[in-house]
Amino acid sequence: MPRVRVLVTLKPTLLDAQGRTVMEALHALGYTGVNQVRIGKVIEMDIADEGQSVQAQVKEMCDRLLANPVTELYEIEVLE
Amino acid sequence: MRFGVVVFPGSNCDADAYYAIRDVLQQPVEYIWHRDNDLHGVDCVILPGGFSYGDYLRCGAIARFSPVMQAVEEFARRGGLVIGICNGFQILCEAHLLPGALVRNEGLRFVCKHVYLRVENTDTPFTNQCRRGEVLRIPIAHGEGRYVCDRETLQELQANNQIIFRYCDSTGALTKESNPNGSLANIAGITNERFNVMGMMPHPERACEAMLGSEDGLKIFQSIVHSALAVAR
Repeated sequence: MPRVRVLVTLKPTLLDAQGRTVMEALHALGYTGVNQVRIGKVIEMDIADEGQSVQAQVKEMCDRLLANPVTELYEIEVLE
Repeated sequence: MRFGVVVFPGSNCDADAYYAIRDVLQQPVEYIWHRDNDLHGVDCVILPGGFSYGDYLRCGAIARFSPVMQAVEEFARRGGLVIGICNGFQILCEAHLLPGALVRNEGLRFVCKHVYLRVENTDTPFTNQCRRGEVLRIPIAHGEGRYVCDRETLQELQANNQIIFRYCDSTGALTKESNPNGSLANIAGITNERFNVMGMMPHPERACEAMLGSEDGLKIFQSIVHSALAVAR
């Protein structure tokens, strides 16, 4: 049963308010070389192999539910 | 005019909306459970504020696929009136009944306070009892209310007069300081192209009685009733 990892990130054109705040915290800790912090989410799942390409199935899931095409981008990684 | 207030698991402004319609507006209203497949024949559907399905994944992303939303989409396609407040606005965007999306507030904080809204278009079922440029005082309460969309969508919204409320100061000026969440172009509320679906982050149902600090929200519900009367004539 393939395990799949989906990485969902905010589009680069959108301000990532959370990323900016974390960056400021890192600066406060002395990591002053840190820039462009972006925060996303990771979704992992097992998928039963039912003929249809796993990649195609997960792409459909991303387009319908897992990511919002207005604000987010996604990458699909088949782990095993 | 019959109103229906949809109740999702995690809705928490449903009773406020119900009260505002029944006790203040004095119109018939009923609750519609999220598992219902039909809308009980109501004339206007309210998607209330709250945290439907715990705001899991993204605000409104799960609610958008609940059985009742299939009926709401069908109702909206036929021209039925739908108003989404706060989480309801987020659900309407996730369901693609309204363009754009609502993301985390620019300041990261949950903001709960009264704000001023400028009415930008009064030729809609939701604002016909307001004056153009009128400033309404209505509270917001959200952590994810920053409206965003791409450049083309913004141009369409502006060209079609679909932006109906913008955050402003008490004089009606659109300033950066009066924008509580960093919304694009100070957008607080929009409609679809046909003007029968409206979403807004502020809570008109919490501003229907002087005792609550403002009665300005009532104008939105009165507009809906008025538009139905106009159609009936």
